[in-house]
Amino acid sequence: MTTMDTRELLQKVGVNLELHDQLIAYNNKLFEATIRSAPNRPAAMEYFDSAFHASHSSRVGEILDYRTRGGKSIGTFCIYVPDEIALAAGVLPIPLCGGSHWPVDYADKMFPRDICPLIRSTFGMAFSETCPYKKLKDASVGETTCDVKKKAWDLLGFEVMEVPQKKAAVDRDLWLSEVIRFRSFVEKLSGITVTADRLKETIKLVNKRRRVLQTVNDFRRLPNPPISGLDALLVSQIALSQDIQIFISGCERLIEELHQRIKQGISAYQHAGPRILVAGTPSPMGNAKVHYALESSGLRVVADESCTGMRYYRDLVDESPADLDGMMKAIADRYFSIDCSCFSPNKERIENILRTIDEYDIDGVVHNILSFCHTYNVEAGIVDKALAKIEIPSLKIVTDYSFEDIEQLRVRIESFSELLKPVMT
Amino acid sequence: MLVCGIDIGSTTIEVVLHNGERVVGSRIARSGAFPAEHAKNAFHELLSELNLRRSDIDRIVTTGFGRNYFSGADRVASEITCHAIGVIAEIPSARTVIEIGGQDSKMMQLDEMGRVREFVMNDRCAAGTGKFIETISRTLNLPVEETGPLGLAAEQACEISSMCAVFAESEIVGLLHQGKTPADVLRGVFNSVARRILGMAGRIGLRDEIVFTGGVARNAGVHKALEEITGHTIRVPSEPHFTGALGAAILAGREIVGTNRIIPSSVQEVE
Ligand code: SF4
Ligand code: SF4
Repeated sequence: MTTMDTRELLQKVGVNLELHDQLIAYNNKLFEATIRSAPNRPAAMEYFDSAFHASHSSRVGEILDYRTRGGKSIGTFCIYVPDEIALAAGVLPIPLCGGSHWPVDYADKMFPRDICPLIRSTFGMAFSETCPYKKLKDASVGETTCDVKKKAWDLLGFEVMEVPQKKAAVDRDLWLSEVIRFRSFVEKLSGITVTADRLKETIKLVNKRRRVLQTVNDFRRLPNPPISGLDALLVSQIALSQDIQIFISGCERLIEELHQRIKQGISAYQHAGPRILVAGTPSPMGNAKVHYALESSGLRVVADESCTGMRYYRDLVDESPADLDGMMKAIADRYFSIDCSCFSPNKERIENILRTIDEYDIDGVVHNILSFCHTYNVEAGIVDKALAKIEIPSLKIVTDYSFEDIEQLRVRIESFSELLKPVMT
Repeated sequence: MLVCGIDIGSTTIEVVLHNGERVVGSRIARSGAFPAEHAKNAFHELLSELNLRRSDIDRIVTTGFGRNYFSGADRVASEITCHAIGVIAEIPSARTVIEIGGQDSKMMQLDEMGRVREFVMNDRCAAGTGKFIETISRTLNLPVEETGPLGLAAEQACEISSMCAVFAESEIVGLLHQGKTPADVLRGVFNSVARRILGMAGRIGLRDEIVFTGGVARNAGVHKALEEITGHTIRVPSEPHFTGALGAAILAGREIVGTNRIIPSSVQEVE
């Protein structure tokens, strides 16, 4: 698609071109300075780089075409909304979480300033008319995870799925009933009934996306990972925004190249810095700040625990049930296993972190916490208690999307790095 | 062996030359608007003072906020590590280090080997840093060096409620108008800095022996306030403003002896 086409397209979907230019200039500059600044990137990252740009150009065109042909779509903001069911009803989910610092002040129109940057970025884009997907959806589906989100949905009149706050049997039942209600909701939207056959297919498809993500990330367990943490983050970010099939092919090409790299002994890193697990809040597309600060300071991010990491792809939906009810239950169970800090208690998250430390040979944990995200911020203390027992040090970084504090962060990060690999002999 | 440590801080630059056993020369300079240039000048001035050439120096390690601006450095190291090494060199029993510099304050916990186990930093706000005291000294129209002794002579410390440097300034103007003495005001300021530091200690704890270092540690008023507010005896190294540079120099020396190669263990090549 030529530039001219893109501008026409963006205009068609109601984007304010002038502001959108500013947003894109900002995002591109940061993308070059962070993700693309890493040395020795796999050639197959090319697809993911272009997908980054496509999310504000050709991907918009794809979805517009799809809708012109009668396809339905919904905006989503959390990985609790089950893609399998939406897709089986012929409804395309579009995750809308924002990771750019540029739009945050535009959120002031409706939101207070002391809320997390993810929400400010997302709605800053919507309010500044720079989100190309705003008009490309029939509904938005929120969920009752954190407080700021719950009230945002109320404010904007979104459809809401009730995610329970505990994990007892009653909560599981409630969640199953919500998943069933979600099915009726998308069925009504598209007029397409979810059948066992269709659902079986979409379960397989979405699982396949999880499997390729698992494989890409498995390479990071190696002593000399052939893919950097920055690139692995981009792969996860793209998973949320692009066509599933094309994304899977992109990953398959990457996996092939990563196999080659191991054979040739090519590492993504020049130095064997400390192996880091980044845990905490998601880093939606546009935000790679903490990963960049870590990797450009010589640390190696070899595992991501967040919703733009393993929380998104770790668990598969059980593919064995053959009847619709069984499948619905399998889907509900799979999403119920997500260990978001909104749950009380959230023991599973600690267990998952400890297992990851073992599997990925982690030297230290970095809590990456978006400012004002209270549940992850406080839960870091609970995680630290468990880490202390196995003598794994941690560093908590609470920050927003702006690059203002990057040098101060570096001081902490370098000190943390020296603490992990003491310089004194 | 002749190694050099340079601490390029936000307010001052310290250069230390070390022969692996002891300090052979040191120099201090203002950072000003061009810290890179000033660091270079200070380094070369120290060399010529000692009749040395650049080629006589085996290794240079830089630290501090401007650590990356010194082009001749063999490596950079964080302030946390350097201050810990510098403190341990003089006071081996140190377990907690409080460092207050021009723009930030830090607290570290060291293990028996003198390695940093945990640290906290206050880096987004001037409260509890040298800047805070500098601002107040300007409001009081006093040289910074005189604030310590004057604060110690206070009869009754004022309560300073604002932690923010900007608001504290106007609060202090108000106190002076009410007739409070500069000494009482200063004592109040030192207490508020100390309380701020105590707040940081909540996260990592205070373990004896506690050492107070960094440029602000030369201020006897802050030292006294820290002891009173924490209820611990706190030691100050003989030249607290030099511990960062000293640590960097010692680190440079260790890297030559310990590894016999220029590339330090923390950034070893992938095998
Ligand atoms: S962190 Fe929690 S609320 Fe946020 S996307 Fe993940 S599961 Fe949803
Ligand atoms: S990052 Fe935290 S505060 Fe922000 S939307 Fe997610 S759960 Fe809520």
